[in-house]
Formats: sequence, structure tokens, C-alpha cells
Amino acid sequence: MANVAQSGTLASRRGREVKTAPLIAPAVVPLIFWAFVPLLVTLWFSLLHYNLLDPVTRFVGFDNYSYLLTDPSLLDALWNTLALVVGVLAASIVFGCLFAVLFDQDFYGRSVARLLIIAPFFVMPTVSALIWKNLLMHPVNGLIAYITRSLHLGVIDWFGAWPLTSVGVIVAWQWVPFATLILLTAIQSLDREQVEAARMDGAKPVSMFFFIVLPHLARPITVVIMIETIFLLSVFAEILVTTNGGPGDASTNLTYLVYKTALLDFDVGGGSAGGIVAVILANVVAIFLLRTVARSLD
Amino acid sequence: MRPRTKRKIRMTFLGWAAALVVAFPIFWMTLAAFKTEIVAVSTPPQLFFSPTLQNFAEVQSRGDYLIFAGNSIVISASATLIAILLALPAAYAMAFHPTNRTKDLLLWMLSTKMMPAVGVLIPIYLIYKGLHLLDTVYGLIIIYILMNLPIVAWMIYSFFREVPKEILEAARMDGARPLQQVTLLLVPLALPGIASTALLSIILCWNEAFWSINLTATQARPLTAFIASFSSPEGLFWAKLSAASLLAIAPIVIFGFMTQRQLVRGLTFGAVK
Amino acid sequence: MAHVQLTNVKKSFGALEIIKGVDLEVKDREFVVIVGPSGCGKSTLLRMIAGLEEITAGDVLIDGVRVNDVPPDARGLAMVFQSYALYPHMSVADNMGFALRLAGVPRQERGAKVLAAAKILQLDPLLERKPGQLSGGQRQRVAIGRAIVRSPKVFLFDEPLSNLDAALRVQMRVELAKLRRDLKATVIYVTHDQVEAMTMADRIVVLNQGRVEQVGSPLELYRQPVNRFVAGFIGSPTMNFVDVTATAVSDQGAAVQLPGGAVMTIPVASANVSVGDKLTLGARAEHLKVAPSGPLRGQVLVVERLGGLTYLYVQLTPADLVIVQAEGDLSVKVRDVVAVALEPRSAHLFRSDGAAISLLGGQPPAT
Repeated sequence: MANVAQSGTLASRRGREVKTAPLIAPAVVPLIFWAFVPLLVTLWFSLLHYNLLDPVTRFVGFDNYSYLLTDPSLLDALWNTLALVVGVLAASIVFGCLFAVLFDQDFYGRSVARLLIIAPFFVMPTVSALIWKNLLMHPVNGLIAYITRSLHLGVIDWFGAWPLTSVGVIVAWQWVPFATLILLTAIQSLDREQVEAARMDGAKPVSMFFFIVLPHLARPITVVIMIETIFLLSVFAEILVTTNGGPGDASTNLTYLVYKTALLDFDVGGGSAGGIVAVILANVVAIFLLRTVARSLD
Repeated sequence: MRPRTKRKIRMTFLGWAAALVVAFPIFWMTLAAFKTEIVAVSTPPQLFFSPTLQNFAEVQSRGDYLIFAGNSIVISASATLIAILLALPAAYAMAFHPTNRTKDLLLWMLSTKMMPAVGVLIPIYLIYKGLHLLDTVYGLIIIYILMNLPIVAWMIYSFFREVPKEILEAARMDGARPLQQVTLLLVPLALPGIASTALLSIILCWNEAFWSINLTATQARPLTAFIASFSSPEGLFWAKLSAASLLAIAPIVIFGFMTQRQLVRGLTFGAVK
Repeated sequence: MAHVQLTNVKKSFGALEIIKGVDLEVKDREFVVIVGPSGCGKSTLLRMIAGLEEITAGDVLIDGVRVNDVPPDARGLAMVFQSYALYPHMSVADNMGFALRLAGVPRQERGAKVLAAAKILQLDPLLERKPGQLSGGQRQRVAIGRAIVRSPKVFLFDEPLSNLDAALRVQMRVELAKLRRDLKATVIYVTHDQVEAMTMADRIVVLNQGRVEQVGSPLELYRQPVNRFVAGFIGSPTMNFVDVTATAVSDQGAAVQLPGGAVMTIPVASANVSVGDKLTLGARAEHLKVAPSGPLRGQVLVVERLGGLTYLYVQLTPADLVIVQAEGDLSVKVRDVVAVALEPRSAHLFRSDGAAISLLGGQPPAT
């Protein structure tokens, strides 16, 4: 009866009683504007030599791009972006799965503990960055430094020696809870009867995990990976607050590079070209994500 | 002791260990907020101390902190309210009068959310500069509306779809016009879902840290940017900063707790239920 | 007066035609049941009458007035939905009074009407409760109450009993029958359960894949099905069908060869039957008897003892399994071989296209 469901709506399909276009327009029209106009402007700018400090603006075609693609800064930024995304994803999935399975078990005070493990996701990124930078990772006053000193292990200058990793830790701290929340919700939709049937078949916890739970989680894990990737590509505040991309370019990702080029160096042309590269990168992931979402819309 | 209870105790230990380790930084900052400045930076770091509320008092008395908090509140609330108002009719149309294009429309809307902000940073910055929207709450509100509209519309749409169509048909048989169906039946029944959507939107606006940093300076600066400006604080006012941060994140963390379940739906664009 | 007429009504969803030209007449105060298998279009038909689905072609008339373009609430109808469709956030009283409230009826009058309807359905103690606090049977009564309050000309029921458990269903059937007498209204009732149709209807409309197969009183449909589909749909257990071949044709009827070789003459109007035609013989379980002289033989596969009755599943040939009704205390066991007899006048013959061949001597009088 799928056809009945599809057309059995309140008004006829020709919309005799209700016209849908004026209802949808207020939401869609601004989005159309938002989706196309600024992007086209960026595209246009990327073809110009346009610097806010330089009185001359002229068309240069793909020069910005060729400069960009040979600029070691861009390659470093791309590499850092990739490292950051992959690193945080790995941590998210591994810990997310573990925590999800853990919190699926019944234990005392579970609901409160669950709130605690999810909380970091809701903390403002700037606050997160500052907590880690000053309270924990600070080589002088930080808690970690205190602990390592007491153990006579010396002190690590996190942001000096391992800038990208440190930023990664901060970002992972925020996104592991996200993955945990999503995967925990997904686990709880696992048909309990399936679990019981497996138990009757003699499945121990480990095989249960690999043969029943993990396949069920395959799709949510994919979704988590894609969504996190979209957001991780644009990590910004954590870098700004802790290392400003440094030392040098060590913790500069693509987003930060564009920000630096455009707003700090005032190079609109070059920044726009970088922006377009970021858009292309995001689009690749977006296509896969949209396909998965489309399937779940049916 | 029965094996099941033993297992539960083991899990309790593991679960709480994980929870405490993960939440520790927040906990540590909360402690710092109640310390005096000297205690906050003392080595060895102190776990036990006599707490003080002085930091909170000082933060609240700082006029500019209140302005920044006010900005965050105004921006988040306005953007959320307007986004919901724009999304409601669209969600209604898509949920109850779907066409062959409805699914494509939804997907397209979601795709606009996937565009990296940095790709349009420059045009937006320059356009805002020209329109004198830089450093105004309006500027941020507009962007946040556009950023959250897809998720808000999508979530309300999915909650509308959960209202059984037959209830609205029964209302139609009883003589209700479409607008009456919406106001007397649909909205009351979908209200919990709409509330969660609002909370999610507020959370996203409040925590947004790219546009809020780049498009504001002093007037419209929200809490995210304010806190970002302390990236190298002197040790002497770390306690106050912790107090300010705690005040800044507390409401949002609470909102997050309240809407956990619905959040999953919104944040994964419905791909995970 | 509440007279409903459908003339050549059709419904298509895009290229798919769901209702293929239905004619139907429902007289004033009649209880008509539209019955058919899942997917036959009966709910769609009902919804077209209600005004919830657009009519692609044909006319729906209520009391002689064409209502195709009239909105649902202006047709003088009330509908009870399969899932009851109660408003979860309103009390029972508000649910029942909703239509009146929308029509602007003042509160006092509304309350009185709601109370009157509630009393008929024994809902008056539950008026302040919300649907979530009611049992399935109670919710169903609220749905009916909501319809009664509107004093409609015609009641439409969309499979109202299918969400109830078996015992409750029987109980509600009786209550609906009583209610119908009290309300003195016209009712169009849709169900897939032929027992409901048989027990409640004045007339039954058998719908199959968007077409009306037969319209008639329950006994008419039971005794004189016009085709194999109706014969197989109405009656429980299902009518037995065996393939036979016509061996001779005469004024007395058609002689057919039964499985196992015996020949029996069935008294039908055999004008269009030729020797050698492949036909289908239909016989209800209660018309088959275990009798040593019977022309059919087979092995008993299953014995279902219901206490008062016994049903035997007898395998006549590898292709023919029939159900035979017998006394409750029949001492037959599985794997026994039995002979089965059939009274020729109780048999039905169907052509290869499914149409029934009419019985000689006219139709037996309907009761």
C-alpha cells in the first residue's frame, strides 16, 4: 500500500487545498542565496590578484591556484588537516565504540555517568582549548606537568614540541563524546531478541561484539565518520586559542591557513583560492554523507 | 555474590572510571572557579581547599562580561526563534504535502550545512563590511539562521512525520481547516520535538566559534570570542576566567543533557535514530 | 434520508489504477460491508466516499447530491478510523466535542450532546481521561462516540475491530450490532474479516483488486457465489475446490468426472458447457460427508477436533486436499482411508474463467 501512503495526504496531490510553494519559500529562498552567492564571489575573487593592502586589483586567472599548489604552506596545511581529521576520527571510533558498549551495560549510577561522559561535547571550543592549555598542559602550572614532575619524568612542552598532537587531543576530547552518544543510541536500537538468540547459540561477549554488535554499528559508524569529517575539516577555535597555527606552520590546518591569508595577510585572492580548495575537499565527503542520509530518508 | 551482581560491580567501576577521566577537565575547571587566584596556580595543585564565591561575584560585576553574555543570549535566542518560524511552514508542507521533489529538497538543504565556513569567509566579511554589519548582533544572527535552518527544518519535519496522519484526517473530518489542524493538533503534539530542536539550535549558536570570532570585535562580541581573547592569560586571573567559563558553559551543558536523544537525530541528519 | 450512490467510480495513483469502476448503492439505514483481501482497495474506496481521497473518475452521490468536490466535513458523514485517530492531548470529552467546537456550537450544548453520546457507549465515567489512559476497547468506543456526536447521515467504519484482540473483537461485534439498532443510521463498514461481514451486514460488497465481484446479502453470497473468488472468500473454512472434467451434458445438468474416477451429475444450466471442458467443482466442508458409499476416497492427513465439530483434511489425490466437516465424536484417525460423499445439489461448478454455472431450478429461496 506504499502508493496509498504516499498520496493519501490531506489535500489532493495537485495541492487543491494548500499551496506548498509559499510555505516552503521563506526557508528555501534565503538558503539558495546563502548557498550560491558567497561561493560564487569567492570563486571570482580566487581568480584575482586582490590584496587589501595593494591598490591594484587585476584578473590573474589560475595564478593563485598554481601558487597555492606549489606553496609548501598549503601542503603542510593539507597534511596537518588530514592528520588531525584521521587522528581524531580514529580516537572517536575506537573510544566511541568502547564507551558505547560499556554504557550499554547496566551499572549503578549509569545515567549520571553517562552525562559526564557526554558533557565535553557541549563545552564551547574556546573554553575547552583554554582548559587544556592552561589547566592541564601548561608546562609550569598545568596539572599534567605537576604529575610528570612528581614522577620525575620531566615536563613536556605540549604546544611547543607536539603542537598538532596537542590540538588533536583537545579536539578528540570534544568529539569522542559525540561518537559515544551516537553509537550508544545506535546500540540501544539493537534488537534485543537478536542478542538473546545469539546467547542461546552460545556467543561469548567478545564474539557477540564482533558478530552482532559491530555489524549493527557499521552504518552509524559510517555516519559518525562522515559527519565528524565535515566538522573536523573546519577546526578553528582550538588552534586560534592555543598555538595560532604555530610553531611556524606545525599546527596550521587548511581552515586556519585561509583565515591567516585572508584576515591577517589581507590576501583576498590567495585566501579565496584556499577557500575553494577547502570547499572541494568538503564536497567530496558531503557527497558520500548525503547518499547515506538519502537512504535513511526512505 | 551472584555472578550477575559481580559483573554489575565490575561495570560500575569501569563505567565510572571512564566517565570521571573524560569529565575530569571540566571538573578541574569547576574546582578552579571556586579557588582564589593564588590557590588556583599553586603547585602542587590543590584538590582540597576552602571554596570562595568571590570569582563569580567579580565576574558578574564586570560590566563587559554581562554584555558578552547578553550578546550570546540575544544572538542564540533570536537566531533560533527566527529559524524555527521560517522552518515551521516548510516542514509542514514537506511532511504533509510531499511531492516527488521533497526528498531532494531536504537533501539539498542539508548539503548547504556541509559547506565549510572558510570557503565563504571572505565574501561574507567584505559584504558585511560594506553593509556595516560587522560587529553587530544582526550580522551574526543572520548567519546563524542560515547555518541552522537546514537542521531545524529537518528536525521539525521529522517530528511532524511522527504525528499519525490519521489524527489530522480525523480533524479534517471534524471540520478543521489546515491552519486549525496545525495550531490545534500538530503543534501541541509535536511540541516536545520542537522544544528539542530549539535547544539544539541554541547549543549550536552558543558554541559557534568561527564566525563569532571573525565577525565581531567589541560591541557584538559573544562569550566564545570573549573567552578566546584570553588565550594567554597571566596566571593571576585564571580562577576568574574559570568562573567566567563555567558560567558560560553551564547552561549549554545542561541543555545538552536535556535533549540528548533528539540531538542524535538532528546531528546525524536522521541517519541514526 | 441517507442514501449513498457510487457510479463508475475510479481511482488511480499515477499510472496505477486502484479502483476500476465501482458501482454501489447503499439504501437508507442499510448496513453495507465492503469486504476483500488486503490491497483490494476497500479502504481507498471508503476514503473516497469520506472525501479524504480524490476521485479520479465517476460520481459519488449522497441523497442525490454529487459530492465529489464537497469537503469531507460538509458531506454529512462521520468516520471511525482503524487506529481510532484520537487526539492524544485532549480528554475524551474534548475529543468527542471537537467537531462541535469547530462548528461554533456553544459550550453548554456541546457538553449535553457529548454526554448523551457518552451515555450510549457507557463512556460517561471516562470523560475526563486522556486516550493514553484508556484500554483498546475504550478507545474504540471514544472513536465511535466522536462520530455519533456529529449526528451524521452516514457512518463510515474503516476496519474498526482489527486492532482488538480476538475476545474483544467478538464482544465489540455484538455491541456494534446493538448500537446500529439504536442509532438507526446508514453504515458503510470496511473489513478484511469475512466473519464480521457475514454477521453484521445487511448486504455485502466483495471487492477484489479494485473491482466489485458480487453484491448481495450474506446468505446470497454464501449460497450463490457468482464466481470462484467470492466462493473461496466467503465462508470458513474455505470452500473446497477440485478440478473436474465434463464428461456429458444434458437437461439434467453436467456430468463431471471426479478425482478418483467416479462420475457425478451436477444439476446446472449446462447450455454453455461442452464435453471435455475443464471445470472446477466447489463444495463446502459441511456438504461433504464421511460415508462408505461416497464417490471420493482419500487418506486422512490431519484431524482437527474442535469439540462440537471435527474437521478432517482428506487427501483425495496428490493434487486435491479437501476439508470435510464431521461430528465432534467421530472416531477417525490420521492415516485412515475414508470415503467422502457429496450431495449434488449442494455442489458448485465454475468455468475455467472462474464464473459460476447457475444451478438448475432457479435460485434456492433466500432467507
